[in-house]
Amino acid sequence: MSAWQAHLPVLQVIVPMLTAPLIILLRDRRLCWAATTLASLCSLAIAVALCIEVVSSHRVGYEMGSWPAPWGIELGVDAFSALLLLVVNGASALVLTGAFSSLDRDIDNERQPLFYAAWLLALAGLNGILVTADAFNIFVFMEISALASYIIVSAGPDRRVLPAVFKYLIMGTVGATFYLIGVGLIYLMTGTLNLADIELRIYEVADQRPIMVAAGFITIGLALKAAVFPLHQWLPNAYTFAPNAVTVFLAACATKVSLYILLRFNFYVFQPNLADHDIQFAYFLLPLSLLGILVASTVAMFEPSLKRLLAWSSVAQIGYITLGASLISIAGVTASLLHMFNHALAKAALFLAVACLGMSLRRLRLEDIGGVAKQMPWTMAAFVLAGLSLIGVPGTAGFVSKWYLITAVLESGAWGAALVAVIVVSSLMAVVYIWRVVEAAYFGNSEGEAAIGEAPLPLLFATWVAVALNFYFGLEASLPTGLAETAALILMGHLP
Amino acid sequence: MESTILACLLIPLAGACAIMLAARVSDNLRETATLVTAVALAWTVWSLVPDIVDGERPGLLLFQVVPGIEVAFAIEPLGMLFAALASSLWIVNSIYSIGYMRGNKEKKQTRFYVFFALSLAAAIGIAFAGNLFTLFLFYEALTLLTYPLVSHKGDANTLRSARVYLGVLLSTSIGLLLPAIILTYMVAGSGDFTPGGILEGRLEGPALGLLLALFVFGIGKAAVMPVHRWLPAAMVAPTPVSALLHAVAVVKAGVFSITKIIVYVFGVEHLFAQPSSGWLLYAAAFTIIVASLVALRQQNLKRLLAYSTVAQLSYVIMAAAVLKPLAEIGASVHIVAHAFGKITLFFAAGAIYTASKKTEVPQLAGIGRRMPWTMAAFTIGALSMIGVPPTGGFVSKWYILAGAFQADNYVAIFTIIASTALNAAYFLPIIFLAWFGREAADAGPDHGEAPLASVIALTITAALTILFFLFNAPVIELESQIFGGPA
Repeated sequence: MSAWQAHLPVLQVIVPMLTAPLIILLRDRRLCWAATTLASLCSLAIAVALCIEVVSSHRVGYEMGSWPAPWGIELGVDAFSALLLLVVNGASALVLTGAFSSLDRDIDNERQPLFYAAWLLALAGLNGILVTADAFNIFVFMEISALASYIIVSAGPDRRVLPAVFKYLIMGTVGATFYLIGVGLIYLMTGTLNLADIELRIYEVADQRPIMVAAGFITIGLALKAAVFPLHQWLPNAYTFAPNAVTVFLAACATKVSLYILLRFNFYVFQPNLADHDIQFAYFLLPLSLLGILVASTVAMFEPSLKRLLAWSSVAQIGYITLGASLISIAGVTASLLHMFNHALAKAALFLAVACLGMSLRRLRLEDIGGVAKQMPWTMAAFVLAGLSLIGVPGTAGFVSKWYLITAVLESGAWGAALVAVIVVSSLMAVVYIWRVVEAAYFGNSEGEAAIGEAPLPLLFATWVAVALNFYFGLEASLPTGLAETAALILMGHLP
Repeated sequence: MESTILACLLIPLAGACAIMLAARVSDNLRETATLVTAVALAWTVWSLVPDIVDGERPGLLLFQVVPGIEVAFAIEPLGMLFAALASSLWIVNSIYSIGYMRGNKEKKQTRFYVFFALSLAAAIGIAFAGNLFTLFLFYEALTLLTYPLVSHKGDANTLRSARVYLGVLLSTSIGLLLPAIILTYMVAGSGDFTPGGILEGRLEGPALGLLLALFVFGIGKAAVMPVHRWLPAAMVAPTPVSALLHAVAVVKAGVFSITKIIVYVFGVEHLFAQPSSGWLLYAAAFTIIVASLVALRQQNLKRLLAYSTVAQLSYVIMAAAVLKPLAEIGASVHIVAHAFGKITLFFAAGAIYTASKKTEVPQLAGIGRRMPWTMAAFTIGALSMIGVPPTGGFVSKWYILAGAFQADNYVAIFTIIASTALNAAYFLPIIFLAWFGREAADAGPDHGEAPLASVIALTITAALTILFFLFNAPVIELESQIFGGPA
């Protein structure tokens, strides 16, 4: 057992990555789905095991091929990575378990083995980013996950997905390239790629121009990948036209992992070493966060398409996450990381409910879902409850992070009250856009399509599991808050 | 006793499930489920009363969200009173609902009864809340659970009003109440309701007045102007909803929360020593006068009652804001007295609608001769609103006035006198018109009394209004405990 346990960090990547090619060999689509789900569940089990270990021992390190760092590639899992490993693997496992019917409906039969293989590669890439402690290694995994996610997004039946994916690809590649340029410059100046090593050595060259440029490239490149306003252009359409189940996975994970790198690099490497970096970082991120929250929420309030409405809401919620981080206080970073977890829960539940709707309805604009609550009561009930979590009603996960965020903002000083006002206003905007859906589904007129029924049971089950988690973590939040607090302490440099 | 607290919350939830299942069998079984649940809840709530009277303060910790933020319950006299009131009146209201919903052939009755039961669970949660977070949790739950009841009819007009309802209540609670609660936790380190308050020595001066404002206007359910608009909007709901929820459970949850926060978070004496809290009295007095003036101009009976409720709610706030023990007792007595009177008035308005489809005041000419029981009850309820003996309204007014004199608070005294005159000015003409007016020739079809269930219900509440005048000593004794006896 203990021999296995030592290898958990690398297994987190290897399990999905090595299952991927095997999937292609299984030609039967049901078998492919079953194998993919199994691999994803294994991956979740590994993440949970890692999480348990992290809670007791703070950091789990691993030297690839027993080469000690900085010569070998080092893997390391701490509270921050553990929190996101839970999100990524949890979302993947939950969606895959429930969504066979939805995927089978959206994707051509002969393409399905390739699709599942790409899904696992995306998962492996995301896991890789989270477990590695090496800046270049992050880039490699970033590319693996990005290329694989372009494939799974473009698998949708709607041809409009192609321009959306193309945009996603271009923007994603620009972001990744920026990151690579930044890492290259740092390597040039410090001669190392190991994050901990960079942190030690960058101090000597911190005042030199290449490091400044590197900080700029890395921050902008990752902000682009994380869809930080106004670099979010690729996100709404990619989410809208992707297969419904893929949207759940992407919405829960993709941007959060990019934010993970952004925060890790900025707080871990630059913050303690670059003079005035905290002020630049805060002044850069704070106004963008506020604008992003308000603008994206406003767009969501007027958006006719259900999936794009939720996608815009995601842009706004990313604003909450960066707002917390830009306060550069332990409370603020805690709120930010906690919201990564809680928003993933809420959005996954919402998009799962949308996937349920997608089983019965061909088009998903608000006018198409008129009166659908009568035919699909369980789906819509799940949507409403998940929506409450997104709004931040007490008793739900969304409320806990809102509580932390408002507390952090109030502690931040003179501007606190104004920032609270923004949070409050955008919460009310969330009420408006969620309630537009509710009114349409419950009170709208249904036209034609009388014979639609409730979504398939596995999909409904997955949706309700996600909803239940929203309430569970709203009433017993010690796990995510504990991890987020520890992670914030690590990022702010108070813990090893 | 902890299990009893839990039972009080779970009985309505279990009842909601039972109602849903019973509806598949027959309507009668469904109504039986509602009544059984209501009786079981009231019985359980009342079983706690002797212990509270004996001075016990049972509590229960349900969840610890994170250290410091807990879903916890603690019963004290004020909450006991509110819970006993809401749960008892639910029985009467359920009898009334059966008559009303069947008499008007309303659709989706199952949904109606289910959400009614759930709303009661939320109201009990508010009553027993042991800290601000728990209070907020159930406060929001009550808003959301009553939305399906308000939007029951589902047409465009109803939806618009329901939007106002939800919009005002959620924007005040998220926008003002939540920051107020978080500020309290930050300043005091906890939000537990503690006798004497938790802010003394921690927050003073203008900041205290500001925090009070965040609480008072954040608790939109108390309908202090200008956040009262949701209450007239809520009148689109079926009348039993207006009667129990928008005359008792929801609005009383609002004033109850404010009173509780004044007593257990701010502390009466601490607040009295702070001049920055003085504005509350004026805000309440303003609401009383203006809402009464608006009520004068209403033609629609339910809207008139709604504005009357707005005014009466601010009686409670004003009484609490006098910040003297006698007035605080008056505030809690008024919660009860107004509940009996106003639920009677709404029952009567609903009975009139069921029997004759009349909704406007001028249409009521001569209706007293067709519906003597209903209009007799209406008369008693209206007299209670004015504060005429022998009705419950007189008792609470007596205590509030006594408290105001104790504090030499002439604003409060003047407001009570003026609003009594205004109440008389809008209620007496209706009573006169109903009994002595001449029925218009084209007044519509011949009709008699409302369904028996409705008449029974409104007779009971009218009787309660009078009985409360005679037997109010237990309530006063119970509430005096908070202040160590009527000073």
